[in-house]
Amino acid sequence: MATMTAGAPARKPIKLGQIVNRVLFWIMIVMILVYTVFPFYWAIVSSLKPAGQLFDTPVAYWPKTVTLENYQNVFENPNFGLALRNSAIVTIITVVLSLVLGSLGAYATGRLAFRGKTIILYTVLAMTMFPAISILGSLYQMIVAFGVYNRIPALVFAYLTFTLPFTVWVLTNFFRAMPGELEEAAFVDGATPMQTFRMVLLPLALPGMVTTGLLAFIAAWNEFLFALTFTQDYEGARTAPVLIATFSGKTEFELPWGSIMAASVTVTIPLIILVLVFQRRIMAGLTAGAVKG
Amino acid sequence: MSQQATGLKQPAAARRATLLKGPQSAEARRRERLGWILVLPSVLVVLIVALYPLVRTIILSLTNARLSSTRVTSFVGLSNYTNLLTDPKFLNALGNTLLFTVASVFFETLLGLIIALVIHSNFKGRGLVRTAMLIPWAIPTVVSAQMWKWMYHDVFGVINDLLVTRLGLLNTKIAWLASPTLALPAIVAVDVWKTTPFMALLLLAGLQVIPEDIYEAAHVDGATKIQQFWTMTLPLLRPALLVALIFRTLDAFRVFDVIFVMKGTAPETASVAVLARQTMIDLARLGEGGAMAVIIFIILALFVVLYTRLVRVEEG
Repeated sequence: MATMTAGAPARKPIKLGQIVNRVLFWIMIVMILVYTVFPFYWAIVSSLKPAGQLFDTPVAYWPKTVTLENYQNVFENPNFGLALRNSAIVTIITVVLSLVLGSLGAYATGRLAFRGKTIILYTVLAMTMFPAISILGSLYQMIVAFGVYNRIPALVFAYLTFTLPFTVWVLTNFFRAMPGELEEAAFVDGATPMQTFRMVLLPLALPGMVTTGLLAFIAAWNEFLFALTFTQDYEGARTAPVLIATFSGKTEFELPWGSIMAASVTVTIPLIILVLVFQRRIMAGLTAGAVKG
Repeated sequence: MSQQATGLKQPAAARRATLLKGPQSAEARRRERLGWILVLPSVLVVLIVALYPLVRTIILSLTNARLSSTRVTSFVGLSNYTNLLTDPKFLNALGNTLLFTVASVFFETLLGLIIALVIHSNFKGRGLVRTAMLIPWAIPTVVSAQMWKWMYHDVFGVINDLLVTRLGLLNTKIAWLASPTLALPAIVAVDVWKTTPFMALLLLAGLQVIPEDIYEAAHVDGATKIQQFWTMTLPLLRPALLVALIFRTLDAFRVFDVIFVMKGTAPETASVAVLARQTMIDLARLGEGGAMAVIIFIILALFVVLYTRLVRVEEG
């Protein structure tokens, strides 16, 4: 009783109005949950239905029989394995490069004083909101000129345009938020700035780097415009989003929806797992990157 | 923390002070050099993969360049831009983009605010709801576009089934994406679904920093919930709301993925980005498409200026 709000009587009879409010509130919660989760639920259900039930009316909201044949079809398609491989390679290289370059740069912009720092930070911030379309044509010509069209480096270069500025910007804020005493103590002990970075600040920045890396991973994994434009086939560097977007069936008229849904679910599963495991970190990163001000 | 302030906004004076301190000056110089060495790789990458192509796009937009041809290109001045002003395809795409942006940002903000207010209250399972809300955000846009395309299917789609067969709200099944008038609103609905939860989570973060006790005070003073919302919650939420709005507007204005996957380059839904890519890559008219891309960039740059004014680079 002691924990109850001050002024509230010890126990008052629950009024009808309160019950109505409570019920309305839970209806809202259920509606929000259904709205956010149903489309993905529907993709999973559709991917598990046999072809016959998929094209059945009225629609069954629960599969009468569950089959993995759609997944089997998808994985038997050699392009799907190649697309997943390309997506994984491009994404991992991009994230690692962004984190290495970004953490060094962010240490400088967050902790060191040097001429031109402000203009660099403004540029970085502006770059995080850069429209990809405005560099598409030029980047295409550069990629062809460098001889990397349809190859992994083309996409890594292109993806750095959005992952690197983002990484520098968010990590700068992380480095700034650290207490200065640690650095001063290391300095007094005779550590060089690089030693301070490696032994004192980097371990402290690790949670920030995990968050930033995750967000960069999701952005690179989901990218479509560059992947569509700078690649040609799956032996080269076409990624999973391009495969899903350009799925075509045996006939031109009926798309293989079961397979499309199975491929969609497969590509999304790694992201869902990441989100479930790291939801706290992701939330922290999103709010740090977006609503700081 | 003093070295952090140095060289940020106080230019010569502060630097001179550091340099004049004698023994520290070598240290300051060393740190300055280290700063540049560390930031140089990032700066170089950004220069090569982003700023150079941007400048190049702007220059190419003043020429009749083709995507890949040995033909000599020549300067055509601003004619690519002036042609666009009377190009019905471009004006149509610009109209689609504006409609998409205004409609999606409006509904995302409205729904996001409602959802944020609902889950702001304490209840059992709140963590679960918040987790569920991250799912649409994490799903690749391409995947969500295909998911909804299947849901919108004219014969076997779940939306027609729900509206016609189960609820009886409509008499006949609708070919949502084939309809010239309904296709764009249908795509807006997909974007709203995908980004509303994100908006709600940003606004929720904004709500959580509003101190509880002002509501208690208002309650004592006899203010109704609705009065509290208009006079306290909304004004205090304004910074978060503004930033979220600008973020979403920037994102919506350059929309490509969801429209391209659901409708390809069909004129009834094509955005400026879709048309620009088609012109530059498929039709190889780099100059003309470049001009469209530059227009998107300029409009967004104005927004970015607005944004950087709200979020200061320096803190405190």
